Amino acid sequence: MPDLSAYRFTKTHEWVRDDGQGEALVGITDNAQSQLGDVIFLDLPKVGATVGAGARFGAVESVKAASDLFSPIGGEVVAVNSDVTASPELVNQDPYGKGWLIRLRVEGDPPGDLLDSAEYDSFAKADSH
Amino acid sequence: MSQEVKTVPLDAVHRSLGAQMVPFAGYSMPLHYGSIRAEHLAVRERAGLFDVSHMGEAMVNGPGAEGFLENLVTNEVAKLSPGRALYTVMCHADGGIVDDLLVYRDEERFMCVINAARHDADLDWMTDCLSGHDTGITDISAQTVLLAVQGPQAKGVVQSLCAGQDLESIRYYHHRPGEVAGVAARISRTGYTGEDGFELYVAVDDAERVWAAILEAGAPVGLVPAGLGARDTLRLEAGFRLYGQDIDETTDPLSAGLGWVVKPAKGRFMGSEALAKLAGAPPRSFIGLKLGPREIPRHGNPIYQGPRRVGEVTSGSFGFTVGSGLAMGYVEPESAALGTELRVQLRAEPLQWAEAPVVALPFYKRPAS
Repeated sequence: MPDLSAYRFTKTHEWVRDDGQGEALVGITDNAQSQLGDVIFLDLPKVGATVGAGARFGAVESVKAASDLFSPIGGEVVAVNSDVTASPELVNQDPYGKGWLIRLRVEGDPPGDLLDSAEYDSFAKADSH
Repeated sequence: MSQEVKTVPLDAVHRSLGAQMVPFAGYSMPLHYGSIRAEHLAVRERAGLFDVSHMGEAMVNGPGAEGFLENLVTNEVAKLSPGRALYTVMCHADGGIVDDLLVYRDEERFMCVINAARHDADLDWMTDCLSGHDTGITDISAQTVLLAVQGPQAKGVVQSLCAGQDLESIRYYHHRPGEVAGVAARISRTGYTGEDGFELYVAVDDAERVWAAILEAGAPVGLVPAGLGARDTLRLEAGFRLYGQDIDETTDPLSAGLGWVVKPAKGRFMGSEALAKLAGAPPRSFIGLKLGPREIPRHGNPIYQGPRRVGEVTSGSFGFTVGSGLAMGYVEPESAALGTELRVQLRAEPLQWAEAPVVALPFYKRPAS
C-alpha cells in the first residue's frame, strides 16, 4: 500500500490527490475495487468536461455490479487515464497508482467533509456488510 | 431472517489460497482466488480446478429404480446403459421444473446429481414420487466431494494421477470407477464450462489429498483453482442454464429450450400431460443476446423490441472469452427469431439501453481438437 497521507477520501469510496500546483488525480479506493471484483470497463468523462464536487462523473462496471463514480472535488477534466480504459484491471491491481481515473484542474475549495486515510479506513470498516 | 451458512470440507484450503468466500445456496463458497477474469481465461486456455462439493448426490437402487426414474425425469432412462450419464430435468405435474440434474447409471443402481440450492426440495420431491416403486433413495451428499477439472489441459493433469487407467477412453458423458491420486473416485467426463474435462466424485475424507494432488500435478501446465465467479461466466458463454436464474418451478423445459431432454415417446412421466399441451406452442422462448464490449446485462433487465417490452434477462454477465456482454432470457415467441434486433435496459437511473441481436446459443464453442 502506498503512502496515503496526501490522499483524501469520500464516503462513496473515491480518492483525490492534490499535487499542490492546481491539479488533482481522482480514483477509487482499494476497498472499492475489492468489493467490485474484476473491473470490466469504465465510463469516464471527456477532456474539457466540468465536474462538480459530489457530482456523478462516470461509472465503473464489474462482473458483480455497476457503480457510479462521484467526484471528491470540483474542476475541469484535463486528462483521462488511457491506460485504464485499455486495461481496466489496472484499477484492481493498483487503485492508488496506475489505476487513477481522471486528472482535474481544481476549481473552488475542496468540500469540508473529505476524510483522511485513517478516517476513511474506520468508515469503510463500519460501512462494509 | 438469518440463514445458517454451512462450510464445505475444503473451506480451510480455500481460505489458505486467498479465496474470497461468499454465501451461495446456504454454503460459504469461493467466489474467486484473486480474479474471476484470470480464472475464466485459465480454464479456456489451460485448466482450472473447481470445488463444487456443495452439490448433492443421491443413490437410487432397488428393483424398481429404473421405472421410478423413468417416471421422475423427462429424458429416457431405459436407454441409459451402465457407464453413461444423461442430463435431464424433473417436472411437477404442471410442467414446471423441479430441478435440472445428471443421472448416472451403474450396473445395479443410479446416481442423481442435483443442485445445492434444491437439495432439500429435490429429496422431498423424489421421496414423494417413490410410492409404488420398489426403490430406495440414499442421500450421499455429506460423504461425497465433487471436484471438477476443466480445460484443454485437464485430461493430461488427471491422467498423470491415474496411472494404469486410460482416461481418453472415457467418452463425453461417460463415467468409470477408478483411482485418482491413489484414492477411489468416480471419474466422469462431464462439466459445466464448455471445455473438455473431468468431474471427480471422491469420499469426503480424501478430498484434501485429491485437491492438493491436482494442484501439484497441474502446476507445470498452469492449472489454477477457480471459483464460482468464473464458473458462472464460463457456463454463460457455453449457454448452460442455471437453476434459480434461467429455470425454476415457473418455467417449463420447452420454453427453456430444453425440449431435447423431453422424450414424450417414452410414455407417461411426471409433467408429460402438461408438456404435451405446451408442445408446438410454448408460451415464451429462451434466447441469447450478444451485447457490446462495454455493455453488461444482468438478471432482471427488461428486454424490448422497439417501444414494447417483450421479455427479460435471466442470466447476464460479461464473457471474457467472447469479449462482450452476454444475456440469456425469455421473450415472446414472435420476438425470438435469430437476428431479431432487441434492446436491453441495462439501467433505469441513468437510463441506459443496449441494442442486441438475438444470436444462437452457445455463445462460445471450444475449438475442435
